Amino acid sequence: MSDPISALSLRATHGSVQVSDTGVHGMITLRGDLASSKIRSLCKDLVGLPAPAPREVQVKGDAAVLWMSPDELLFVLPYGSVADSLARIAKVLKGQHHLAVDVSDARTMLRVDGPFAREVIAKLAPVDLYPGAFGEGQVLRSRLGQIAAAFWMSGPQTFEVICFRSVAEYAFDLLAASAAAGPVGHFPRGT
Amino acid sequence: MLILHCPHCDRMVDETDLHAGGEAHVKRFGPGSEAEEFENYLFMRENPKGVHFERWRHVYGCGKWFLAARNTATLEVYGTYSAQTTEPPQAIRDAISAKQPGWSWGTFQ
Repeated sequence: MSDPISALSLRATHGSVQVSDTGVHGMITLRGDLASSKIRSLCKDLVGLPAPAPREVQVKGDAAVLWMSPDELLFVLPYGSVADSLARIAKVLKGQHHLAVDVSDARTMLRVDGPFAREVIAKLAPVDLYPGAFGEGQVLRSRLGQIAAAFWMSGPQTFEVICFRSVAEYAFDLLAASAAAGPVGHFPRGT
Repeated sequence: MLILHCPHCDRMVDETDLHAGGEAHVKRFGPGSEAEEFENYLFMRENPKGVHFERWRHVYGCGKWFLAARNTATLEVYGTYSAQTTEPPQAIRDAISAKQPGWSWGTFQ
C-alpha cells in the first residue's frame, strides 16, 4: 500500500508566526451518548486521556481528544493505529447506539506558532479569543474566513487547526496572509 | 450583528456561525389534512415587527438546532432554548413580558 501524504506535504512559512502543515494524523469521529461510562473509558483506552468536558480538549503529545458537540468526540491519534482503534470502539460499544468513522483522510491539521498566533486566528474567526476568554484546554469550532474549522491551543503561543482536507490550501494561505500582515496589538504581548 | 447563545455549546455565537432556519413553532399538516391547513402550514408566516420566534442552527459549530426569541425591530434577544419543544418555555415568556407587556405572537401570549 502506498504511504499516506498530507494535503500540503509539510509546507511551512517562516515568519515570526509560522504556519505549517503538521503531516498525517489519525482522526476518528465518535458520536454517541458522551455520558456513557463506556465512551468515557474509550478515551483512556485509545489515547490515554480522560474524557473532555464540554468545550474542552485533552492533549498529550500528538494525541488528543476533542469535545466537538454534546454527542460528538474527535480522537487525534497515530495514523497507523486507526484501524485497531475502530475495532476497539466497535468491540467496547457493541449493542450501544453509536457512530465511529475514520476521518483521517478527510481532514487536515495545521499549526500556527509564534508570539502573536492568537491574533492571527482572531483576525479570521468571529469568536472571542481574548486571553482569559479562550486558552489552553479549550476547543472552538467556528470558521476561518469562509471555511469551517476547529482549533485549540497546544501551548501558550501555539494553535492547532483542523479543517477539511479539500480546503487545506485556502486555510493555509489565509493563515499565512494573516501572519504576514503582522500583529494588530489588541491582545497583550506574548499571549 | 446578532449574537445568540447556543444552548448546546453553552457559548455565545456570532450570527455568521449560524444558519437561519425560518420561523419556529410551525405545526405541520401533512397528508390527509385539509387544503387550507396545508396551505397555512406551508406558506403562512407571522412576519412580525416586534417579538418573534425563530429556528437557528449552529452550523459552523455543534451543528445542532435551537430556537430563539427576539425582537425584529430592536434586535433585542430575549433568550434561546431547546428545539425539542412545541411552545416557548415560561422563562422565555416572562423575559419577553418584562420588556414587552401584552405581547402576542400567533397563538402565544
